[in-house]
Amino acid sequence: MAEGELVLRMQGITKRFPGVLALDAVDFELQKGEVHAILGENGAGKSTLIKILSGAYTLDEGQIWLHGEPIYILNPKHALELGISVIYQDFNLVPTLTVGENIFLGREPMALANLIDRKRTTSACRTVLAELNINLDPEMRVDELGVAMQQMVEVAKALSMDAEIIIMDEPTAALGENEITELFSTIRRLKEKGVSIIYISHRLQELPAIADRVTILRDGRKIATHRMEEVELNSLIPLMVGRTLSEQFPKIPASIGSEVLRVEGLNWKDRLVDISFSLYQGEVLGFAGLVGSGRTELMRCLFGAQEYDRGKIYLGKIPVRIRSPQDAVRLGVGFITEDRKKQGLFLGLSVAENITVTDIGQVMNGIFIDHQQEKAVGTGYVESLRIKTPTIEHLVRYLSGGNQQKVALAKWLFAEARILIFDEPTRGIDVGAKVEVYNLINQLAQNGVGIIMVSSELPEIIGMSDRILVMNRGRLTGEFLREEATQAKIMECATKE
Amino acid sequence: MQGSVTVRQRARFSLGKELGAFSGLLILCVILTLSSPYFLSVTNIMNVLRQSSLIAIVAAGMTFVIITGGIDLSVGSVLSLASCLAAGMMINLGWNIWVSVFIGLAIGGLMGFINGLLITQIPLPPFIATLGMMGVARGLAFVYTGGAPIYSFHEHFRFLGNGMVGPVPFPVILMAVVYFVAHILLTKTKVGRFSYAIGGNEEAAVLSGIPIARYKGIVYTVTGFLSAMAGMVLAARLDAATSVAGDGFELDVIAAVVIGGTSLSGGEGKVIGSLIGALIMGVVRNGLNLLLVSSHWQRVILGLIILAAVAMDVLRKNRSK
Repeated sequence: MAEGELVLRMQGITKRFPGVLALDAVDFELQKGEVHAILGENGAGKSTLIKILSGAYTLDEGQIWLHGEPIYILNPKHALELGISVIYQDFNLVPTLTVGENIFLGREPMALANLIDRKRTTSACRTVLAELNINLDPEMRVDELGVAMQQMVEVAKALSMDAEIIIMDEPTAALGENEITELFSTIRRLKEKGVSIIYISHRLQELPAIADRVTILRDGRKIATHRMEEVELNSLIPLMVGRTLSEQFPKIPASIGSEVLRVEGLNWKDRLVDISFSLYQGEVLGFAGLVGSGRTELMRCLFGAQEYDRGKIYLGKIPVRIRSPQDAVRLGVGFITEDRKKQGLFLGLSVAENITVTDIGQVMNGIFIDHQQEKAVGTGYVESLRIKTPTIEHLVRYLSGGNQQKVALAKWLFAEARILIFDEPTRGIDVGAKVEVYNLINQLAQNGVGIIMVSSELPEIIGMSDRILVMNRGRLTGEFLREEATQAKIMECATKE
Repeated sequence: MQGSVTVRQRARFSLGKELGAFSGLLILCVILTLSSPYFLSVTNIMNVLRQSSLIAIVAAGMTFVIITGGIDLSVGSVLSLASCLAAGMMINLGWNIWVSVFIGLAIGGLMGFINGLLITQIPLPPFIATLGMMGVARGLAFVYTGGAPIYSFHEHFRFLGNGMVGPVPFPVILMAVVYFVAHILLTKTKVGRFSYAIGGNEEAAVLSGIPIARYKGIVYTVTGFLSAMAGMVLAARLDAATSVAGDGFELDVIAAVVIGGTSLSGGEGKVIGSLIGALIMGVVRNGLNLLLVSSHWQRVILGLIILAAVAMDVLRKNRSK
């Protein structure tokens, strides 16, 4: 691609949050019809940058030019009017409305007397979908569509708003291989129409197939911009990570003890098919797989949060039937959820109260909660896990992500869990906090806890697990020891038909 | 940032949030003392307390329900049904007073228990389950009484509504006991802790192994029981149990809880706040009567007070964000 027309220029973009410099004088350029990838780890500043472009955040310093004109993006609506659309990972679609209704949401074609013109909605929708060569019925409800198709609806919506710049946030995260191919051909059609694309990803391998240029962010700073054809993929990793692998994943192999969990022939509808595996004391067992591969369902079964049709679960060789999370807690199984705010913590309760909630009987005196003892317990964990909080009575709402994660962990230590299930243990926390979580995982394993770690971050899975199981469409499709695992091997098992 | 954190911090561990309602109550009292010579007399104060006691007693239970993220619309109907049935046992069947009262209270608890079952076992949204129960209980009260009041009770029973212990009316003592127990329950027992947990984050509560069905069941049962208790006091005070008693009562109770700073979205609140909320409503009604404001305007003013109280709470929260 020759030096094209410059569509967007960002210079010296700086954004501060309390205690964090999220973006530090970042420069970025986008040409007409270009796919410009932004690469970086969690916490590198990718999402802050796109939120500034989409009008969700205002910048503290710096300047943005659109077609050479300085612009000040006021709010998300203004960004859309300027022709900047974002397709987020969790789409902004109304599941109960049809494809057409979603695409024209808020801009419905009107007939006489201000009534919505259904026919025109449908026909206009057909036109947009045809432009993108997408075969989809405009009258279908969005919740009947798969993830890939929902993404297409978002793309169509952006195009229908005459977007010049479409920002895609991790568009392939939930897609299988065929769907990714489909997506890429749609992106190429968008390029032909002169649409520029900012492509956010941390999947290095897919970039050569789609990106023209790549910009690498790390810890809020721009590290480099390269033309894709001029760069070796492997040379990008150190730029992105900025530390060696062993610094990133400080795995300490623990001595593996006796079996703590065995699952035999677990089935649930067609979502879990003949799942059998074992977990041992001191072992970190990684579960890899795409979104929707059944990992979450399996973990919910183990924790009694979901029914299963048949199969056996043994804890320490004793057959058990886990019917509810209460059963699981009593049997020593702890679940550290992916979405801590939504599923793991009580934001309106204090640090101490969050820690004792799983086994409050320990701090009860008769029918009364012993507040002194509760505080003592809380203080103990705050010290041993180095949870940063002003006081033990501080509401968990005001702790940082990494410290919240530690509180979520402390409550299972308090309940003396023998098996801990971590679901995406480091999602949304910064790199330093990640290392602390990994150290805690090491420490737990050394204490003989059996650990199941579900993660979509392959480097994390490979870096921290003793053994790795891969799930694909509800089945276990691969098993690797730490030494033999590679990203390519895991992805093959995770995506093969 | 840090400053707002400490403000919010105090809110749950001392009287921060309730302070607003409490100062509102004080200001009201000062204004009324200045504008009416009758307001600040022992008789009138006791009168206000007695008038507030019915709403306050039920509001104690409603606070738990609302903290769990629920609502109970059936309290007024349960109040009526329980009092009519107990009255029927006393008058029509000639049963022992205390046996009848006991059964009446048990019926209230049972209605609440059924609410809990509907909400946790089907599960129905609390609004719908208790809306249905509101109709059923009210209807049963009409069916049982045929719409006619049941009246002229034994004086022992009437003591529940009219009796005095020294200068203090019996319902006020009952109210104080209810609030003492409710405060302990909320701050020092599993029922309270788990109510906050369930209302604050139900999914996390499930995943922490909290038996939520049991604790939701408990709070609705307690609320039904307290509704029946209020029913006994009201019947005793009026010397009549009627199938129209407590009509619209649920809204007064919810208003008291909300004025007291408990959030309808669950997870936060205190029983003390609800007591203050009930007293505010009682003081306003009393004051407006003393100032000869018509009951029609009183409705308007009470409505405005609810709006103002919640609006202030929302604004305060937004500021501290």
